[in-house]
Amino acid sequence: MTDVILQYVYAFAVGGAFCVIAQILIDKTKLTPARILVAYVVSGVVLGGIGVYKYIADFAGAGASVPLTGFGYALSEGVKAAIDEKGAIGILTGGLTATSAGIAASMVFALLAALIFKSKNK
Amino acid sequence: MSVNKEKYGKYVEKTAKKSPILKNCVKAFLIGGLICVIGQALMQLYLYLDISKETSKALVSVTLIFITALLTGLGIFDDIAKHAGAGTLVPITGFANSVVSPALDNKSEGFVMGLGAKIFIIAGPVILYGTAASVLYGVIYYICKLFM
Repeated sequence: MTDVILQYVYAFAVGGAFCVIAQILIDKTKLTPARILVAYVVSGVVLGGIGVYKYIADFAGAGASVPLTGFGYALSEGVKAAIDEKGAIGILTGGLTATSAGIAASMVFALLAALIFKSKNK
Repeated sequence: MSVNKEKYGKYVEKTAKKSPILKNCVKAFLIGGLICVIGQALMQLYLYLDISKETSKALVSVTLIFITALLTGLGIFDDIAKHAGAGTLVPITGFANSVVSPALDNKSEGFVMGLGAKIFIIAGPVILYGTAASVLYGVIYYICKLFM
C-alpha cells in the first residue's frame, strides 16, 4: 500500500519538477511555449537515447511519461524496439508507430471539438 | 525624500518581478504534478482492468488528450492554463491543447486551409523535430549495433 502511495508522490514530484524547469525558462528567457515543447520532445529523445530517461521513467511512472519529454522518450524507445525487431526500416517506422495513438487522438479529438464547439477567441 | 521614493520604486519593481516567478513556479509545480498524478491513477486503473502495459500507457495519453480537447472546447482549459503556465503546457495536455486550440480558432477560415492547415501550427514543429531526432538516434543505434 505504501508503495502505491509512494508511486503517486514520485509521479507528482517529478512531473511537477519538469513543469517548474519550463516555467523558469519561460519567465527568465524569451523562449516561447512552442519552442519549449520542441525542446522538451528533443530532450526526451536524447535522454532516452543515452539511456538516462529509462531510470526516470522507472522511478516516476506517469511523472515521466505524461510530460512531453515522455513523448520524446516514447519516440526513441519505439525506434530502438523497431530496429531490434525489423532492422534498418525501424529507423523510420519506430518513432511514429510508438506515438501514433497520441498523435491520431489529438487530431481526431481536435476535429470533433472544432465541429461541436465554437471558438471563444474570435 | 525623492531618493527614498526612487529607492522604494526600485524595491517594488524588484520584488514585483521576483515574486511572480516564484508564484508561477509553485503553481506550475502543483498543477503539473496533479496532472501527472491523474495520469498515474489512470495507468493504475487500466492495468487493474487487465490491459497490457503498452496499451495502458497509450490509453493514459489518449484519455488526457480527450479531457484536454473537451475542456478546450468548453473554454475551461484556457482559464486553467492562465494560472498553470508550464503546469499545463509541459504535460501531454499542452500538446493536445496546441492541436485543439488552432483547430477551433481557424475553423471560420475553412476546413482545408483554415482548420486543416493550421491545426499543426505548434504541434507540427514538435512532431517534426521529435521525429527527426528519433531518426537520427535510430541511425546511430543501428550503426552501433552493426559493429557490436
